[in-house]
Amino acid sequence: MNYESLLSQKVQGIPPSGIRKFFDIVSEMKDAISLGVGEPDFVTPWHIRNEAIYSLEKGRTYYTSNSGLLELRREIALYMERRINVSYDPANEVIVTVGGSEAIDLCIRALVNPGDEVLVPEPSFVCYKPCAIMAGAKAVPLVTKNENKFKLTKEELLAAITPKTKLLVLPYPNNPTGGIMTKEDLEDIASVLRDKDIFVLSDEIYGELTYGREHISIASLPGMRERTVLVNGFSKSYAMTGWRLGWAAAPKEVMQQMVKIHQYAIMCAPTASQYAAIEAVKNGDEDIARMREQYNYRRKVIVDGFNKMGLSCFEPEGAFYVFPSIQSTGLTSDEFAEKLLRSQKIAVVPGTAFGDSGEGFIRCSYAYSIANINEALERIDRFVNGKGAE
Amino acid sequence: MKKILELLERDASLTAEQIAIMLDRDPAEVKEQIAECEKKNIIVGYKTIINWEKTENEPVSAIIELKVTPQRGEGFDEVAKRIYQYDEVATVYLMSGGFDLAVILEGKTMKEVALFVAEKLAPMEQVISTATHFVLKKYKVDGNIVSDKPKDTREVITL
Repeated sequence: MNYESLLSQKVQGIPPSGIRKFFDIVSEMKDAISLGVGEPDFVTPWHIRNEAIYSLEKGRTYYTSNSGLLELRREIALYMERRINVSYDPANEVIVTVGGSEAIDLCIRALVNPGDEVLVPEPSFVCYKPCAIMAGAKAVPLVTKNENKFKLTKEELLAAITPKTKLLVLPYPNNPTGGIMTKEDLEDIASVLRDKDIFVLSDEIYGELTYGREHISIASLPGMRERTVLVNGFSKSYAMTGWRLGWAAAPKEVMQQMVKIHQYAIMCAPTASQYAAIEAVKNGDEDIARMREQYNYRRKVIVDGFNKMGLSCFEPEGAFYVFPSIQSTGLTSDEFAEKLLRSQKIAVVPGTAFGDSGEGFIRCSYAYSIANINEALERIDRFVNGKGAE
Repeated sequence: MKKILELLERDASLTAEQIAIMLDRDPAEVKEQIAECEKKNIIVGYKTIINWEKTENEPVSAIIELKVTPQRGEGFDEVAKRIYQYDEVATVYLMSGGFDLAVILEGKTMKEVALFVAEKLAPMEQVISTATHFVLKKYKVDGNIVSDKPKDTREVITL
């Protein structure tokens, strides 16, 4: 059978994740230390897990409404008011999704028409571009720079806007760089968008993980709520990745379209996860604070470690990644990652996994114990500075 | 200073340099503050939590409830002092409720515990009664879960 001619041209055109080969090598290595994980090392707090167990004991094993349990949507709306100061109507403007990823897909599919352009700051998480392509749109990378702390600037945005631009993805706090956008930075972006018919997909999945200053949502700026789809979730802030639960909030007109896609493709998010999430969002603020404090300690240790070994590393203010430059070694990101893995058994993710502009950088997660981080830093130092290497 | 104490309480093996990095402080200053806390007995000591059950030793721990007669002018402190000076005694607490002093013995054999209670504690004139409870299994000690370390079961690389 000639699969190639049978399969969707569009899907075949999307390259598989670039780190597959690398992943396979790491998986085979039994004693490798990985700094490659993009999820918390904490287990979901017990009181949250317990609510899911309780819901199962009670036999709450049915579908929920398409948009998710109303009680959960109410709590999510209260949460957004409390944390980012934006009001949404839980009945018509909030949807509970299967992770933030689904919310991203819904948003893009609900907004774009074939030929539209979706602006994607890079380096960034890997799903925006494929989602845009599958929706028939064109993804246009906006390369952000180390010297700007990987923020998106007004000038970069202005230069990329064309009459076809439909949507700007705003992935901050950013995976992989750890960059954030301050209120002033966002105001610059908002000032460009206010008089244009361009939507913003604000992916705030790491919104609770900022250090030293509170996360600001672009939806909270004047005139921006009406042109923003806000995506968030439980994975990173409450250490709930495996529960697959996120949400989107958007003006009613957009939400109605997103709900349709969700209704036909997904039906509803997992019920037990939704009950756990009610507990999380109602009583989990302290858990977030506790985990954030631990991440912050680790962040200091890892940034200090990289700078001391001569791999310059700007101090990330969000998420749980550092993105040091490895240009001084003369290696490409891929070479660096592979050689480091083979000689020191440390796994990091080459920056190129997050777009071509990630060349010259590596992403290291600090969602690990301090002991683990210290051991990894020691080995990377040995690799970089040739102390007993190879 | 509170942050330094919190960090050390979780992990006494942290060095002043490491703490300084974590808290964005000057290492000399951190060192000084730790020394100060040690001097003031705010930091009373440093210890390691050991799961002896995983070694060849099989020590016994016991919690002994004591009802005692408080002394005029001294309350319970004088009795407690007479008890905590025994090297065998790991912990002494004054309690509210059904008994007065909780005495914890660690790392003994059953016989040693029994003898200690019978020969040292029970005969004290202030001691009205004793009740000895042996610990059968330790699940969590000072915030640390004793069973095997949970394995990191995350996928090695996720984006």
